[in-house]
Amino acid sequence: MSLTLPPITPAPMPRAPRSVLQRLRWLISDSWNVASRDLIHWIRQPVRLFSSVMYPVVSILIFGYVFGNAVMVVGGWNYREFLMPGLFGQSIVLGVGVTLVAIAEDTNRGVNNRFRTMPMSRAGYLAGRSIADLLNSTLDIVVLMLCGVAVGWTWHLGFGNVLIAFGLLMLLRVAMIWLGIFLGLIIKPENTSVVWTVLLPLTMFSDTFVSPQMMPEWLGTISEWNPLSATVGAIRELFGNPGWPGDSWVSTHPMVMAVVWPLAIIAVFWPLSVRRYRSMS
Amino acid sequence: MSSPVLFAEGLRKRFGGYYALDGFDLSVPAGTVCGLLGPNGAGKTTVLRILSTLMRPDGGRATVNGFDVARQAAEVRNHIGMIGQQSTVDDILTGRENLALWGRLYHLSAANARRRADELLEQFGLTAAGSKQVKHYSGGMRRRLDLASSFITAPSVMFLDEPTAGLDPRNRIEMWSAVRALALGGTTVLLTTQLLDEADQLADQIVLMDGGREIASGTPDELKARTGGDWIDVTVRNIAEIPAAAGVMARTAGGRLQTTPAENRVSAAVTNRQHALTDVTRALHAAGIDAEDVTLRRATLDEVFLLLTGQDLEGEEAS
Repeated sequence: MSLTLPPITPAPMPRAPRSVLQRLRWLISDSWNVASRDLIHWIRQPVRLFSSVMYPVVSILIFGYVFGNAVMVVGGWNYREFLMPGLFGQSIVLGVGVTLVAIAEDTNRGVNNRFRTMPMSRAGYLAGRSIADLLNSTLDIVVLMLCGVAVGWTWHLGFGNVLIAFGLLMLLRVAMIWLGIFLGLIIKPENTSVVWTVLLPLTMFSDTFVSPQMMPEWLGTISEWNPLSATVGAIRELFGNPGWPGDSWVSTHPMVMAVVWPLAIIAVFWPLSVRRYRSMS
Repeated sequence: MSSPVLFAEGLRKRFGGYYALDGFDLSVPAGTVCGLLGPNGAGKTTVLRILSTLMRPDGGRATVNGFDVARQAAEVRNHIGMIGQQSTVDDILTGRENLALWGRLYHLSAANARRRADELLEQFGLTAAGSKQVKHYSGGMRRRLDLASSFITAPSVMFLDEPTAGLDPRNRIEMWSAVRALALGGTTVLLTTQLLDEADQLADQIVLMDGGREIASGTPDELKARTGGDWIDVTVRNIAEIPAAAGVMARTAGGRLQTTPAENRVSAAVTNRQHALTDVTRALHAAGIDAEDVTLRRATLDEVFLLLTGQDLEGEEAS
């Protein structure tokens, strides 16, 4: 078929926002529209949803049953009561990779550059990425919790604490989003697989699976200072799950550190990412 | 004449140690198609990136519809559409969903975005494919959807970075048709290309670039006239006859000579168009050279480029 198109005529463009209120409306609608692209992807690609359901099932089997039976918990607790908060935290930190890959793909495919030539809110794209990732992580955590309940984990200190724990996990996720955005903007897409090799051990050098006290001293110190340890320690307290706090200040004050660490990470990587996004090309 | 829609003066851009642009000027009147033609690394994409506000120049200035690309970038973005070298439409979404999503990103209401999506599918010949996921589209359809997606608010200026790179000839012709439709409607188009044919087909004005600057500009015909205008091609039956044929043509045609041994061809720029064909044919016959084919033609842009830079467009040194 040969194609001859009739003339296509230009039309007047919408005006750029003038007031603060209008700017804010653009930011909200832009971020929601960017996020909605991801939501359609999930619906169209059930494989992705399937893998986010399979991940917790497999993790519980491997850590709870394969390794877990060899781990003794102080006070005769079920190891899976100790494990589940660790898996929640691990899933959040592995989210760095999800954010990073999505950002690197958009950059590589020129989608970012398209957005940047459009009369769009500059923050809208990054905010949209954050909304999509937070929704994704919420789903992951809910699925993990349901799986946890199925294998004998539960919360012992009321539903209010569950919500606070969820809030701390999402705060860490926001920190991981900004870290992921920054890394995604600077990394070459062919190198993104390296991230998983680095991330996975980082989620283990912490109190996720075993107490840092059982590790060699140098590794135990690193693990106690791992931001993930703070969040995991804090939510164990909130859920009333068993923990193995060490003697150091950071490990006896997980609630403080679970707020300080994410805020510190956000304070560093938010401005870095925004600067990088503005100046890239 | 009214002021140009696209204007650049002394643009400079440095990457590390070298200048990607080194004093580039441009002036494109409203409603025309300007083609930036040159080999890889000539600076074509850098010009597009600066004009589309993706990149700030290190020196010089540029305006789009009178707005400065560095100081009034937000205003400029209200007037432009940009298609990069890669396709930015989403594989998982259908064509219609893609356009509706981009429409929302251009701040149309949900209803307007859907209506505009349907209009654009119609205008760009994609109505039948509108409900199909883009991963099932051909390269040409995908490219047209790209074009449609950047035409949602019908900007008066469109930037196209190698719009047909990687397309097969049929898809290329379809894409050309879409670009022509934009130009006919009054959109000012600036495109980059490494294809002479593409520049020749689409552009009202061609800017030949090399090493970050303009080396020549004009209409395709003006540029072709730069090599002396007309050429005569003689194809001989036997490669051994090339030197003899070249000798005859040097005497009779009068202009520069060029031989293409792989195709048994000798070409000569013609100084006297009226008599060239008969003079050369007669002289070849008199010298006993059996020519398979003798044709008179306009110079190609490739020859213009070769003449001006000593390189062909693929960046190979002329032998």
